[in-house]
This record gives sequence, C-alpha cells and structure tokens, in this order.
Amino acid sequence: MALNITKRDFLKLAGLGGVVVASTLPGFRSRSLAAEGAGEEFYFVQLSDLHWGFKGPPINPDAEGTLPKAIAAVNALPEQPDFIVFTGDITHTTDDEKERRARMAKAKEIIGDLKVKQIHFLAGEHDASLDNGAAFKEFFGKTSYAFGHKGVHFIALDNVSDPKANLGAEQLAWLAGDLKTLKPDQPIVVLTHRPLFDLAPSWDWATPDGKQAIDMLLPFKNVTVFYGHIHQEHHQMTGHIAHHAARGLMFPLPAPMSVPKKAPIPWDAGNPYKGLGFRGIEDKVKDAKITLTEYPVQKA
Amino acid sequence: MRRLAVGLVSGFALLGIIGAVSTIGLGQTPQVIRMTVKKFEYSVKEVVIKKGVPVIIEITSEDRVHGFSLPAFGVRGDVNPGETTRISFTPDKAGVFEYLCDVFCGEGHEDVSGKLIVTE
Repeated sequence: MALNITKRDFLKLAGLGGVVVASTLPGFRSRSLAAEGAGEEFYFVQLSDLHWGFKGPPINPDAEGTLPKAIAAVNALPEQPDFIVFTGDITHTTDDEKERRARMAKAKEIIGDLKVKQIHFLAGEHDASLDNGAAFKEFFGKTSYAFGHKGVHFIALDNVSDPKANLGAEQLAWLAGDLKTLKPDQPIVVLTHRPLFDLAPSWDWATPDGKQAIDMLLPFKNVTVFYGHIHQEHHQMTGHIAHHAARGLMFPLPAPMSVPKKAPIPWDAGNPYKGLGFRGIEDKVKDAKITLTEYPVQKA
Repeated sequence: MRRLAVGLVSGFALLGIIGAVSTIGLGQTPQVIRMTVKKFEYSVKEVVIKKGVPVIIEITSEDRVHGFSLPAFGVRGDVNPGETTRISFTPDKAGVFEYLCDVFCGEGHEDVSGKLIVTE
C-alpha cells in the first residue's frame, strides 16, 4: 500500500501542531528490490525512553499520564504506520524484581492500546542491565533480531543486556552472519538503544564495542540508525551512516556535554511536555529518501 | 563534597604498589588516589592531580560490581566487592575530566561520577 498522504496533511489531520522539525535526509538510493512489496513507500513510528515507573514531580508531574497521551496521539494519526518501534527504556529501573515485572506488565498494557499491533521492542539499560534482559524477554521477546519490510532490512541490536553496554562477541558474530546474506545496495535500518558511536563517553552515551558494528555496516551503501537513550533529538554521521536519536517520553536531557553534570531537565510549567515526543519515519523508497518528523506529546 | 589532594598519601603506603605497576619508573613518585564506591556514589567526588606525573587509582566496592571509567584517558576497570582495583595512567593533558561508573548499577547509576582536575 502506497502512502498518498503528504506530511502537511499528516500533521493537520493528526491535530499535532507545533512540530519541532521535519528534516529530509538522503539515504536510500537505487537498489535492487526483489521481494514482494519492495520499493513501496511506507512509514513507521519510533517511541523511546518511556521510563514507566519513574517518579519525580519536579521532573514530570504527569509521569503516569504522558505515555497514554503519546499513545493517543499516535492513534490519532490519520493514517496508521505500518509498524511501531520502541527503542528501549520502556521501564524505569528498580532493584526489586517483582516491581520490575509489574512495571513491564503495566507498560505493556498501556502500549496495548495502540491501534497498530505490529510492534518491535528493544530494551534499554533500565529494562535489562540488572538481570541481563531476563524480565524484558519474558514480556517483550528477543533483544536482538532482524526482520524485513517492503525491501528494507531492519536489524535490532542489544547494547544494554550487558551492564557494561557491550554488544558482545556473540551478537557481533550474529550480525556479521546476518549482513553476509545481504547485497551491498540493500537498504538497512538499525535499531538500538544506546548510540553505537562515541557521542559522549563521559556521560555514558556510547557503546564500547559499537565501532565494530559500524565497521561491519560501512560496506553497505544505505544504512540508517535509529536509537534512544539520550532523550533528545540528535543527528550525526559516521562516514555515510546516519544516526538519529529520538526524544523520550518522561524527561528530556541536556545536549551532549553542554553542562558540567548530566541531569534531567526539570518540567516547564509554562510549556508542559516540552522536549518530549515521538517520531514518524517515512521511507520514500522511490525518491530515495527517509523523512523524519518529530511530534510533541500533545499540541501546544 | 570530599576532595582529595594526592599529596596526602604517605610514601610508605606506596611501596607496596609501585612494584605492581610496570608503567611507573623508579624515579617517579606516583600520585595515589584511594576511594570506595557504593550505590550510588564514589567516596571521592573530586580529585586534583598533576599533569605528567603517573597516577594510581585504588578503588574498592562496598556493595556490588561497579566500574571506574575515565574516558578522557582511555582507562577503565571493573570494581568488584572484596577486591582492590588498581588503575594506572599518566595524565598527558591538563583540564577537568569526568570519571564515572560504566557498569549499570541501578536507579542512581547516573550519579556515580566524579571530577578529575589535572593541573599543569
């Protein structure tokens, strides 16, 4: 199914005024697309860093209301995305294993209100680092996997189940094997939680062995990475690979290394939900472009 | 905030360490920093050292596995309970740098950090 809706219609009908930015980025060029449905235009939605279970009124006095509002906003889109991805930190961490599972159960219940039922989950360190992903897998499935959609190869990488944030030799070997089956012009989208590159290692915004994954991806002409973790929109290139961080849904964080100590940005009563939101990603296959649109939790 | 100047460390205490660190020459007196870590803080949150003088960081954990990472100088180590982790390096640049726990340790993980000030 081709999307005939324009971005302007998309926003107007959704009632989501106040779009922060919409950027069109080169990415997908000519490629051989043999699979059924390949080459069709489609879009998906990225939500990230829900931190369900977080409590801190000065940071977010609507901690239990923000996620449902975001779900409602996605459901209000005039045309529903093909699928939705959650790029980690679905829950806020807790040492209490019972409470961890309770938070995951409740978050999953709320997410169940999405109209779109094709959902791909990734873990964040808050979900997975204290038990190597055990609870997360019970509720949301595997932490690394691959799937295809209309000619695009998606790869989900887990850089959080290891509390030291490594991808690890086993996963890197799996990635190498997965990539071995692909042609150099295969469009690839990588989903992960932490940045694969060294965005700000002294703020723990990095993946120690992420460069190995990036090096494996470099021979492919069309690679785009979507991640979370840093609770803000951010765009960076490593060679020809574009990396895009998404905003979160609990609290924003300051720009990389912009302040002496990283800490959540307090709630702005005059501009509630500022810095929070989700992202629509359109793959305009025929035009060889990916278009990102950032949406607020609710219109200003 | 506890601030540690390495000059306070006694030379006698250093004797048992020097032999274990190959990067430190006999003619140099290393700057030794001792601290502990627990959920969710380092006992020493600010350290002042001199550029060009070797450093040994000795750190122990009071509860669970933590990490000590100093990305600006490319050094890190795991910090396990019941063990002393020694990290050695020679600061080759002056400035203010952050050290942090890089082994996710819970809700206050983000707070486990400190400031390393390297003077000329």
